[in-house]
Amino acid sequence: MDGICAVSAGDITEAVESLYCCINTRLRPDVEAALKRALKTEDSETARGVLRILLENAEVGATEGLPLCQDTGLAVAFVRVGQNVVICGGTLQAAVDEGIRRAAAGGPLRASTVRHPLQRDNVGDNTPTLVHVESAPGGDLRIALLAKGGGAENMSRILMLSPSKGRRGVVDAVVETVRRAGANACPPLILGVGLGGDFATAPLLAKHALLRDLAEPNPEPALARLEAEILERVNDLGIGPQGFGGRTTALAVLVEQAPCHIASLPVAVNVECHSHRHGSVTLRGQLLNCPEAKG
Amino acid sequence: MPSSERSVHHLRPPLSAEDVLPLRSGDPVLISGVIYSARDAAHRRMTEALEAGDTLPFDPRGQIIYYMGPSPAPPGRPIGAAGPTTSGRMDAYAPRLYQAGIKATIGKGPRSEEVRRAIRECRALYLAAIGGAGALLSHRIRCAEVIAYPELGPEAVRRLKVEDLPATVVNDAHGSDLYELARREAGQT
Repeated sequence: MDGICAVSAGDITEAVESLYCCINTRLRPDVEAALKRALKTEDSETARGVLRILLENAEVGATEGLPLCQDTGLAVAFVRVGQNVVICGGTLQAAVDEGIRRAAAGGPLRASTVRHPLQRDNVGDNTPTLVHVESAPGGDLRIALLAKGGGAENMSRILMLSPSKGRRGVVDAVVETVRRAGANACPPLILGVGLGGDFATAPLLAKHALLRDLAEPNPEPALARLEAEILERVNDLGIGPQGFGGRTTALAVLVEQAPCHIASLPVAVNVECHSHRHGSVTLRGQLLNCPEAKG
Repeated sequence: MPSSERSVHHLRPPLSAEDVLPLRSGDPVLISGVIYSARDAAHRRMTEALEAGDTLPFDPRGQIIYYMGPSPAPPGRPIGAAGPTTSGRMDAYAPRLYQAGIKATIGKGPRSEEVRRAIRECRALYLAAIGGAGALLSHRIRCAEVIAYPELGPEAVRRLKVEDLPATVVNDAHGSDLYELARREAGQT
């Protein structure tokens, strides 16, 4: 599609409101499937008891529209904007924020954002959304939302390793991050791992990696093997669901990589709890009758 | 250690040493009666009040503090999702509150050495509720009322009436720690 496409700010707001309410109250099917799988493989009865409670919690959330967790998170958006898209009737940031604001009021979701990290006054409506924009070909606008809880986020880490540490250094860095996180991050966890880029990119890759479906293996075979090895090592820690012991410390490890400096091996681990609230929506742009803008 | 093989203890505050001493790390408990929710900002204020020689918003003797900031109550319900928050952030304030008479705190995640010492010395408890089970735990709360610092929103101090609120003993009054026991069992210490 070569023509200019319009997406209205109002449509973005509506889509964000509905998606943000949904992800906060409904456990994702891939997480539910992973918890059920863990229930079959877990030896510890204590751990199985915790997993059963988490599945029951998901049922209550879905049937009653109650948030899965009282920490309804900091709102993060990854927006892929087609290069042919024009947003009409407002800015992207304002449109997304209005959607989050309505979701917070209507959900109702907890006010979990403070205006200033040191003054710490609560904004009251969970804005501003942390919006990350990437451009793509075409005339669509895709919004992925993540409701990121504070407990798991606080246990996330970035390490600037020496390249000589290599693959083993990466595995050890992730395992050590999980060991330190222990029960604080609400295991069973999902681990987003960003390799490469720079000091700013690696954590963003780690966060973006969390958006992948848990059942989808990494398309790059070497990274798929790395994910499997890290998962095995993490689950050998014996932390288990809620730190009460067991095999299921993490449900999945999701890695993304980017080119980096010859002197660097950045490793970022974005720790995510089992509520793992995210989802996406695509808005199709409406082709504008504007022939001079073509080609 | 598996809590499911142990009998459930019922706790009803105010708690005495006799209620606390029989409990061991890993024991499941069900709490009924009145407890108080408070988290980061409320802890700072309560500690400031104690330092200034003022009283706390409630008589702490024998009481339980739940580290929790709920989501808003939907229509017709007393409270929204109501699971525990990470306890470590309250470590700086907890010894002072245990010394003031608090007999148990509920949260998730490990406590500092200072807090664990206070728990032993005050013959108290630290309990974990299931983090991320906020919808389910909401059902065990019958009434919720803000009793102090309303301007803190979700961080205000609330008086909660609970029925069979489930938790697990992490730190007992005898110095044992459930998270350490789990790591030791996995050969990771």
